[in-house]
Amino acid sequence: MKNMYNKNTLKYDSGKCTGCKKCTSVCPHAVFTMEERKAVLINKTACMECGACQKNCPSRAIEVTSGTGCGLGMIYEAVTGKDIGAGLYHTFEG
Amino acid sequence: MNTIKTTTTKLTWTNHLNHIISRLGINRNGYIVEPGLYKVGTPDKEAPVFVTANYSLSFDGLRSNLTGMNCYILVLDTKGVNVWCAAGKGTFGTEELVNRIRQTELANIVVHKKLILPQLGAPGIAAHEVTKATGFKVTYGPVRADDIPQYIKEGHASKQMRQVQFTLKDRLVLIPLEVVFAILPISLISAVLFFLSGSLAAAAFFAAAIAGVTLMPLLLPWIPTPNFITKGYCLGLFIMLPFALLHIRGTPGAPLWNRIAWIAVYLLSFPVVTAFGAFNLPGITTFTSWSGVRREIKHYAPIMVWLFLPGLAGLIFLSVMRFI
Repeated sequence: MKNMYNKNTLKYDSGKCTGCKKCTSVCPHAVFTMEERKAVLINKTACMECGACQKNCPSRAIEVTSGTGCGLGMIYEAVTGKDIGAGLYHTFEG
Repeated sequence: MNTIKTTTTKLTWTNHLNHIISRLGINRNGYIVEPGLYKVGTPDKEAPVFVTANYSLSFDGLRSNLTGMNCYILVLDTKGVNVWCAAGKGTFGTEELVNRIRQTELANIVVHKKLILPQLGAPGIAAHEVTKATGFKVTYGPVRADDIPQYIKEGHASKQMRQVQFTLKDRLVLIPLEVVFAILPISLISAVLFFLSGSLAAAAFFAAAIAGVTLMPLLLPWIPTPNFITKGYCLGLFIMLPFALLHIRGTPGAPLWNRIAWIAVYLLSFPVVTAFGAFNLPGITTFTSWSGVRREIKHYAPIMVWLFLPGLAGLIFLSVMRFI
C-alpha cells in the first residue's frame, strides 16, 4: 500500500540560503538542519506543509504549498465551493 | 484604550473549568481574551515581551508558565482562535502583530527590541517583515508553553522543544470535541436505521461511526496502514466482524440473497462510515501534509464510494422487503 504522505510540495534552493537559521527555529518536525552555516534538507518526508519556513525565509530559498489538511474540510470545499480558512469547526461557528 | 492590563500567573478553578468546557466545544465565544498589552508581576523597561493569541487556552497556557517572572504579554486579536489555527489562517499574522505593537506603543514601554513568539505562530508571521516595520526582532520560543521556564533559563530552545509530538495524551484530548460534533448526526441516522432495518443494524452503524471518532485517534499509530482512510476502514472492518457474526447466528434459515445483502452492509459499507469519521483526524493533527490528504482523497474516495454503494443498495432493498 502506497503511503500518500511520502511526497510533498516542499522545495529548497540552498544557493539562496544566507544561514539565518530561521527555518530550523520554526519547523515543528526538524525538516532542516544547519551544516556549515547553510540549511540542509534532512527530513523531507516529515514536512507537513505548514509554511512556517517559507514565511520566515528572508531570501525566499524555500517554497511549499500550505493549506488546511482537514479531510472532511476538503470534501466540504469540493462540494460547496467555499474556502474553509482555519478549519471545519471554525467554518461552522462563523 | 491604551492602558496596560494586569494579569497573574495563577489559574483559578473558573479557568480550569473554562478549559474543560472549551475542549467540549460549548460556547466558544466565552474564550475570548481582550487583545492588548498585559503585565505580569512588576515588569520594568528591560522586561521580556511574550506574544500570544486572544484565546483563553492560549493566554492561560502562557501566563501559568511565567510564575515568578516580571514580564509583558502582548495579546493579538485572533478572534478567540488558538495560535496554530490562527497562524494558518493568517490572523496570528504579521499585520496584526505590527498593528498591535504600534497600537500599544510598545516601543515606549520597553527599551529592548525583542519579542518572544510561540513557535507554532510561525506559519503566520514573517519575522523579517515585522522587524522592517517596527524594529522589533522576533524570536521563536518553544512549541509548548510548559517548556518556557527551561527556555528562559537556558537562553535557547532545545531540538526537543522545537518538535511537535502527537502522543496518546495529545490524541485523547481531541476525542471529546469530535464526539460532541458527531453525536447528533450519528444518533439520528442510527434511529432511522432502527426503524427501517432493526436494532442490530442501528447498533452496528452507531459502533462504526463512533469508532471513527473515538477509537481512531486512540489507536492511530497501531493500525497497520499508512493512510487515514485505510486505517479507518480497517478499524471499521474489525469492529463490524462481531456484528456480522451475530447477525448470521441470529437469523438461521434466512435465504442466501438476504445473507449476502447483510454481509455487504456490515463488511463493505459500514467500515466506510468509520473511515469517514476517521478522516476528520488529519485536519486536527500537526503532522499530516495538505497535499498528502488531497492525494488520499483523490486515490481512495472513488474506492470508498464503490465499497459503500452495494451495502447501501442492500440496506434499502432489505428495508423495503421487510415492510412489504
